[in-house]
Amino acid sequence: MYPLQYDPHICENCSSVDCLTRCQYMHFDLKTAREEKNRILEQADTRVLADCVTCYACEEYCPNGNHPFYQIVELQEKKDFLPAPAPITRQQIVMMQPKGNLQPAKVSAPLVNLCAFPMLAGSIRGKLFEGAATVSGNDIFCNIMWLHFGKNSLIRERVPQSIERLHTFFLAESGLKEMVCFHDECYGAYTQLAAAFNMAVPFRPVHLFEYLNRRLDELKDNIKPLGAKVAYQRPCSNRLAPHTDLLLDEIFRKIGVERAVREYDRENALCCGGVLRGHQKDDLADDLQRRNIEDMRAAGAVYAVFNCPFCMFTLGEAVAEKGLFPILVSDLCQQALERK
Amino acid sequence: MESIKAKLAKIVGPDYVSDQPEERYLYAMDPGTMPPRKPDFVVLPENTAQVAAIVRLANMEKIPLVPMGAGLVLSGLTRALKGGIILDMKRMNRILEVNEISRYALVEAGASQGMLQAHLKKHHPGLKHSMPDAPPMATLAGNVLIHGSGHLSHAAGFHSDMLNGLEVVLPSGEIASLGSCAVSPAWFARAPLPDLAGLFLGWAGTTGIVTKLAIKLYPRYKYEDILIFVADKPETVPDILYRITGAQIAEDITAWMTPKPLWAKGFQHINITFAADSKEELIWKRNLLRAAVKPYLESKEAGFMPLPPPMKHRFLQVPASDLARFADIKKGGGFEYVGAIMPVDRFPRAYQEGLNIAERFQAAYSLGARIIGVNHCMMFFYAYAFNRADAADVERAQQALEATNTAVLAMGGIPWKAEEPAQKQILAKMNPQMLGLMNQVRAMLDPNGIMNPGNWEVN
Repeated sequence: MYPLQYDPHICENCSSVDCLTRCQYMHFDLKTAREEKNRILEQADTRVLADCVTCYACEEYCPNGNHPFYQIVELQEKKDFLPAPAPITRQQIVMMQPKGNLQPAKVSAPLVNLCAFPMLAGSIRGKLFEGAATVSGNDIFCNIMWLHFGKNSLIRERVPQSIERLHTFFLAESGLKEMVCFHDECYGAYTQLAAAFNMAVPFRPVHLFEYLNRRLDELKDNIKPLGAKVAYQRPCSNRLAPHTDLLLDEIFRKIGVERAVREYDRENALCCGGVLRGHQKDDLADDLQRRNIEDMRAAGAVYAVFNCPFCMFTLGEAVAEKGLFPILVSDLCQQALERK
Repeated sequence: MESIKAKLAKIVGPDYVSDQPEERYLYAMDPGTMPPRKPDFVVLPENTAQVAAIVRLANMEKIPLVPMGAGLVLSGLTRALKGGIILDMKRMNRILEVNEISRYALVEAGASQGMLQAHLKKHHPGLKHSMPDAPPMATLAGNVLIHGSGHLSHAAGFHSDMLNGLEVVLPSGEIASLGSCAVSPAWFARAPLPDLAGLFLGWAGTTGIVTKLAIKLYPRYKYEDILIFVADKPETVPDILYRITGAQIAEDITAWMTPKPLWAKGFQHINITFAADSKEELIWKRNLLRAAVKPYLESKEAGFMPLPPPMKHRFLQVPASDLARFADIKKGGGFEYVGAIMPVDRFPRAYQEGLNIAERFQAAYSLGARIIGVNHCMMFFYAYAFNRADAADVERAQQALEATNTAVLAMGGIPWKAEEPAQKQILAKMNPQMLGLMNQVRAMLDPNGIMNPGNWEVN
């Protein structure tokens, strides 16, 4: 059920091994990368299974779209190389399981999916989200997080359920064809990941950046440019939809902010470190946090901008302590619209 | 002949004595399961001299006296089991001295945990005391006198270990100073004198009435942090605690096990709080704690819960609010627990017994253990919430508590701040010479048997 669309022949014939040579956390020269790649192909033990920080980046780096990261996760589970301690993984599985208390409801467009972050409902406000309905909670959780826990089995089990619930409980019930994904994770799950696992998605996921661009165009007369320099913390799940990073540039342009040139942005984005604490790799998480914040400051940013709520929870207090203003992309847009 | 009420009114003023049914009703109970026992009078003294006068009167009239702080002990120790006078100490709530350099506070016996916490935050931000996870109105004296524990108990032991000295009104009405204050104007230690404070610690108010006490204070660091270690094999917990306590880095170590929320069920969580004066020091301390349990991390048998900073705030609240939330889980305001002081190696059995008892009595439960000292012992708690308006629910909780006391004693632990039935269970098991000595001490101090009678008695 839901086989991974991974072709070993493509990897066999790959000469660049970008998935490993470009990895920011494991350092391979081309020769070693090829050796490790071969071990992955042979499903043998490889340090990749233990050292992978699950940042998703190789999904973006792979020139062939062959899903090297998903294959790594596949092997982590098969060979019991789970990144987090067993009780932590088990606890998260229970914590995020569907609660089964969702009721079908007619909702108005735009429907904004807040995924597992109902506490962000306050961000869905004002003209930017005029008339919007929100859905959130475990029953419609996108479940992409299991990639961080070596659990493709849960992806296969729970993602189709969430798709089905979103469709039947809200979208079909309301005659809607599209849903705005507030979080990159949901968009990545219902587009790139669903395709990789051959899951049907009977609605059109709309990336938040696409929605914000649309609304900013409609509200362009209300925008007061912010005139500030911002450092963007690109999240792991945006690796699944790299084209949307350009949409963010558009947003920044429209609200009058300058995206600071960071060492750790775009394809060179560095993990916020949150997931690594679950992997018990605190030293690495500390290092990533330090490098991210130093980089933001060196770039002269005033705002530290996040699209991933988890990245903001992880880094928000630390960036604030260093004098930057942590903020979500949507709230930054609100500032431009609400500014007097 | 002048009535007792009039005599009490003469001592404390008419506004601070009552024999009205409303007061007698309210002072007959605490939030636990013990049945109400009405006092004849409630009196609120303002100073030590008034307390001494009340004690002399009670002695003359041979009326029982029950000292009471906030009345939150939950095990009914401040009920007037044989009637008499409840001395509510809340008016004696002054913070008399904070010695910054010697790190102690001298307070009256009615001063609350919250008052001292607020006072220190405002006037001595570099100091704190060990707060129990009781409501802030709980008194400092009450918690020390029952051998309470709190947020610095891993670092510094029971709250009674943090006691520097006492002023106590003896059952005769004499006022005694114990500890350094017996010789010096400063309340800096109980050493090097013969330690008579023990005559009043753990005695449930049966030996005298404490009117002042000095407690140790500790540094309040600029930064604090928490780690939550998660295991799913209770038999590993004693070793995990041994390792974590061995690092001697934490301020407080508390395990918690609860069936709700569902994600917590079946796991043993160990909250480890620590603090430092700089971020660097904080990380250094965290790394030492992590290193202590490295074998578990490497084997992935157990590990630390990932907690983004905003989610830590809830767990760093002092006092912790989660237990208060649990206390009202059934509504109706009923909550009691057996706190059992026992060796840490009993953890797996204590945990399993808790699950068994909760299942047998269908009780809403929460289990936990605060580590005292460097794994020297633990206060393992079995908390049961109940609806006071539901008699069957109250009885179920009572039965669960009694079964827990029996189980605790059977596994070599001792129920803490034991309610009357549990005291009897303890006394039945007690070394006869200790029991005899206790009786001799009481007979010597309180020949008329006026001090909280019914407690620590065989019959």
